[in-house]
Amino acid sequence: MNLVIVDYKAGNVQSVLFALERLGIQATLSADFETIKSADKVIFPGVGEASSAMAQLKARNLDKLLPTLEQPFFGVCLGMQLLCEHSEEGDTDLLGIIPLQVKRFQTDLKVPHMGWNQLENLASPLFEGLKEQEYMYFVHSYYVPNSDFTIAQANYPEPFSAALQYKNFYAAQFHPEKSGPAGSQIIKNFLAL
Amino acid sequence: MLTKRIIPCLDIKNGRTVKGVRFENIRDAGDPVELAKWYAEQGADELVFLDITATNEERKTFAELVRDIARHIDIPFTVGGGISAVADVEVLLQAGADKVSINSAAIRNPQLVEDLAKRFGSQCVTVAVDTKYTDATGWKVYARAGTVETEHATVDWARRVTDLGAGEILLTSMNNDGTKAGFALDITGAVAKSVTVPVVASGGAGSMEHFADVFHQAHADAALAASLFHFRELEVPDLKKYLKEQGVDVRI
Repeated sequence: MNLVIVDYKAGNVQSVLFALERLGIQATLSADFETIKSADKVIFPGVGEASSAMAQLKARNLDKLLPTLEQPFFGVCLGMQLLCEHSEEGDTDLLGIIPLQVKRFQTDLKVPHMGWNQLENLASPLFEGLKEQEYMYFVHSYYVPNSDFTIAQANYPEPFSAALQYKNFYAAQFHPEKSGPAGSQIIKNFLAL
Repeated sequence: MLTKRIIPCLDIKNGRTVKGVRFENIRDAGDPVELAKWYAEQGADELVFLDITATNEERKTFAELVRDIARHIDIPFTVGGGISAVADVEVLLQAGADKVSINSAAIRNPQLVEDLAKRFGSQCVTVAVDTKYTDATGWKVYARAGTVETEHATVDWARRVTDLGAGEILLTSMNNDGTKAGFALDITGAVAKSVTVPVVASGGAGSMEHFADVFHQAHADAALAASLFHFRELEVPDLKKYLKEQGVDVRI
């Protein structure tokens, strides 16, 4: 399988590469138009801040390419938020692939939402073999509210989108690459789609 | 439900794990990668690696070790020690670290906290605060591995670095560190109440009750310990089972 990880210098790409390596899977790291377009599957990692990540994508023309992709695509953490339309973080226009808004947590609880939280209402082959209330590692200050495209939710304290699916675009707010064996299972499930 | 985190801390010197008692009398406690894998399997929620070496040459070795750790463990980890510039952080994050912890450099140059948060996001910037209480000064922040007293009152400093963009505070009470007499509940509680970001309590863990106390009474978001775990005086699965029985939300 030709698996490509989008390289735009914004995400902690190394963790995703190592997680794949632990599963015995090789991936190509690339920002090249043709390489990404011809991939069987694409992983879009991301940590950091939305506006600088968008600037990095635009500098590589990836903001034009990514919305046109048709193969199974997996956005992780900031890589999920960037698929949406707009983020309150830096008042940033995003890739606009999924018609959703990214909001800042307004809560008395600590922000960032940091640590292990549970997934509920699992509704996707991405979660094959996982049970309800499985723990995943989250670290984020902005979130996507629940929507028609939510395929798993978590609570902090209100329910929000822990994972999304829109057409071929799958995405997780948590870090499957840092969430132990259950996280690895999600990566394997994506690769099996 | 977001759970409270249990974090073993590994002090690293020349690629090996060590733990000082009250920051002195260092003892060898094993191979970091093996220990890290073991902790991940035991159910540790995160790990912290502190580089207590000083030279640039040793720091390169540390970055290689960080890469080795990232390759082998599948839970998040923070690295710290000797970080003084954006470039240092870039190397460590690219090696696979999830968060960095800065301490003396933030005191020397608070702007660094803001620069790091802007560049890499608040979620990967932990500010470590070493604090010590005396009747004369109250809880003051100390720099340089706890050797130099600063003018900063601890709660004020925690608030300030949070305003600058720190995503987490790692608070170590020097009075308690190495004593096994329990965490410093008063200052941990005061900081946890004063900042909007998660607070990791450190220093003084000696029993399972101490962890329950720091979560229940001081509202810490996470608790860190080193030698207690390294010498297997307390094991993570037993600790988590106990905490759950005490009504603390933990990942089991």
